[in-house]
Amino acid sequence: MSSVSAIRISWACGMGPDQIPALQSVLGGALIGAGAAVLILFNGRVAGISGILGRVLHGDPGTGGWRIAFLSGLLLPALLLGPGVGGLQASWPLLATAGLLVGFGTRLGSGCTSGHGVCGIANLSPRSLAATGVFIGVAVLTVFLVRHGGRG
Amino acid sequence: MMLISAFVAGVLFGGGLLLSRMSNPNNVLAFLDLAGDWRPALLYTMAAAIAVAAPAFWAARRSQQSLLGLHVELPDRFRFDASLILGSAIFGVGWGLSGICPGPALLLLSRADRGAIIFALALIVGMLIRVPSAQSAPRSRQRRLQQPSH
Repeated sequence: MSSVSAIRISWACGMGPDQIPALQSVLGGALIGAGAAVLILFNGRVAGISGILGRVLHGDPGTGGWRIAFLSGLLLPALLLGPGVGGLQASWPLLATAGLLVGFGTRLGSGCTSGHGVCGIANLSPRSLAATGVFIGVAVLTVFLVRHGGRG
Repeated sequence: MMLISAFVAGVLFGGGLLLSRMSNPNNVLAFLDLAGDWRPALLYTMAAAIAVAAPAFWAARRSQQSLLGLHVELPDRFRFDASLILGSAIFGVGWGLSGICPGPALLLLSRADRGAIIFALALIVGMLIRVPSAQSAPRSRQRRLQQPSH
């Protein structure tokens, strides 16, 4: 349990969250929404990152390789400016376990925060709303158990 | 042309993740930690993203054809099955443990630190695991990840 208790007392990157002005959150979100809008309006495709990455990994880059083009664009700002955070300091068993669960779960559930949470809800999809409710609810419960589970 | 639009869409999406600072797992965990020092930033970001994307999805749903003349591929909005709920719950556990979902996982790789590489490799392995086809699903409604793409 040492890997879990490591995150109970510290943050994933060794310090607390950033102070983010609300306007910055909204503008960042608007950019994300604009990206999703461009992909559905021009390419007729949903900007679901787990779906796009998963299909590429299974050998399906899409017509003309549009999925590769999207993923390259996605990475460009971070490659130029950095990911906006220092190195991850959580223990490697925790990161490996979490990565496995995120990879397997998003493929089984056909979507993640982008595909269900942003695009699906924007598409007024009850299916995506249900998926988003489940993954946010389970994540809240997980954080509660990890950070506060030992206190009561 | 469709490669350019896909690339631009990716740049906007990745730029938005950076600007909203949701590539930092601490900011995600701060939203998920209701009993701690709760921060609403992720909620603002998601609401703004949905508000901007919604009209585009409305238009795409109506026309069925993209501006580049491509068929609009939208998933069934009303299909509920065990994989959807179980998969989302499994994702929720991993997301809650780390504060990292697939988009930020890729952005974090740009620094190529050990933790980011471990997470991304595990993510890839998780995605490559073949799910046995759901016996409970009707045959006409095979899971989307097994559908051929266009």
